[in-house]
Amino acid sequence: MTHAEPHQKQRLAFVLWGPRTAGLLVLLFLGLILEVLVASGIADPSIVAAPSEMLMSLERLFTKDNLGAAFLITLAQALSATLLAMLIGLPLGWTLFRYEVLGRAYRGWLAAMFAAPLVLLYPLFLVIIGRNYGTTITMGVITGSIPVALYTCEALHKVSPTLLKVGAAFNLTAKQTFTLIQVPAAVPDAFTGIRLGLIYALVNIIGIEFLIDFGGLGRVVSTMFFRYDIPGMYAAIFFIILISLLFLTVLKKVERWLRPV
Amino acid sequence: MTATLEVRNVSKTFESDNGDRIQALAPANLGVKQGEFLSIIGPSGCGKSTLFNIIGGMIPPDSGEVIVNGVSVSGPHKDIGMVFQEESTFPWRTVLDNVAFSLEVAGMEKKERLEKARHFVELVGLTGFEHHFPHQLSGGMRQRTAIARTLASEPRILLMDEPFGALDEQTRLLLGDKLLKICDALKQTTMLITHNITEAVQLSDRVAVMSYRPGTIMRTIDIELPRPRDSELISTDKFAAYVGQIWEDLRTEADRGMKAVGEA
Repeated sequence: MTHAEPHQKQRLAFVLWGPRTAGLLVLLFLGLILEVLVASGIADPSIVAAPSEMLMSLERLFTKDNLGAAFLITLAQALSATLLAMLIGLPLGWTLFRYEVLGRAYRGWLAAMFAAPLVLLYPLFLVIIGRNYGTTITMGVITGSIPVALYTCEALHKVSPTLLKVGAAFNLTAKQTFTLIQVPAAVPDAFTGIRLGLIYALVNIIGIEFLIDFGGLGRVVSTMFFRYDIPGMYAAIFFIILISLLFLTVLKKVERWLRPV
Repeated sequence: MTATLEVRNVSKTFESDNGDRIQALAPANLGVKQGEFLSIIGPSGCGKSTLFNIIGGMIPPDSGEVIVNGVSVSGPHKDIGMVFQEESTFPWRTVLDNVAFSLEVAGMEKKERLEKARHFVELVGLTGFEHHFPHQLSGGMRQRTAIARTLASEPRILLMDEPFGALDEQTRLLLGDKLLKICDALKQTTMLITHNITEAVQLSDRVAVMSYRPGTIMRTIDIELPRPRDSELISTDKFAAYVGQIWEDLRTEADRGMKAVGEA
């Protein structure tokens, strides 16, 4: 072993964990400041909950308000919505890629819809479908399928022409080119769309749950809000943030696995 | 000996975005014999890659024909294996799976194709890297993987478009040595497109020199250097004489090309 190796290992550990530790310390510091502000009465406890109170409320949310079950309900809805978004978005993305005229005609529209606050459509579905999981999942599917379609189309466009030439040189049929080259080459970029689709679906589902006081995590926040349980409401929001972080971390890991470079 | 590959009166004209017609290839004629290593050298923009794409069946010629073993061919042909200048390994496949690609397409059983692929991995000197992905390899190793993948399909003619173009000079020379050994071992008929005179002389039995646009074969030079060869050859007087001779032919054309680009 050379002398440089332990030093390099230390440096690598710092590069990996330094920013994470710094981020956590800043979060703890801000939490501490908030705690002091609430304890000293500078911050109004009827508007802002002390972090310690919020953390203690978490346990209550799990035992009395079924936060665990609410999480599972939201998770099931988000996964169902993402699955449906994939069933719609993947073929739609391929169609926009395959038929250039359609792509040129509708990609701009889809991109505009991607940027629009589609959550505002919820009253329409509330009237058509009713106050049930149909509405929440439909909103998740609509918002989730747009990034899936856009990124799938983009991913197929981005496949290296050289790889396609390799396929042609080996006399591949159109079907073989699609399955053996285009699809695997497009997977990493298309997955970015699926990741965004899942996140958009999750955010919208929680948002609609809150607005219509129905379902999983969003309903818990809504209940706390109407109960005027400020620490409970912040605890539920904190839990949602944790869940989002967990989702993001897992999806990023899958994405890195798919795109190792 | 009859030619394994023959290019007969092949020409090609492209239309530019502003509607100008650019004649990339004037009628070009060329033949490659069984087991021969022929390099085509020419200045930038002389239509080397156009000729490569026409021979490989990637684009059709405006006139003329490409004949493989006496049969006129159009489109990609199983007897011609192509190696591209750009990165062409499949990033989602390991070295072994990359090399086994053509065998998989041909429907060969998994065990058999992996066994055969291993042979070609060994041939290009990548034993020990079978389960590495392309991003874990150097540029030279990735290009060797691409060559092994093409060789695994057992083409009669190996057609390469500046396969070492993106590599540094030392790696290029060493890979040239490797390629010489492979071609000697397989008695592989090879056509190499290059703009590197040293590479052309080091590897070839014959070098065809192309003119600047519209590209055509100006003349071919027999490289009468002993085989087996390696890169030590480049320090000999005879090698230098061939390089000088080719450069003499190329200089005027390269100069013409530079002026044309400057005027454009």
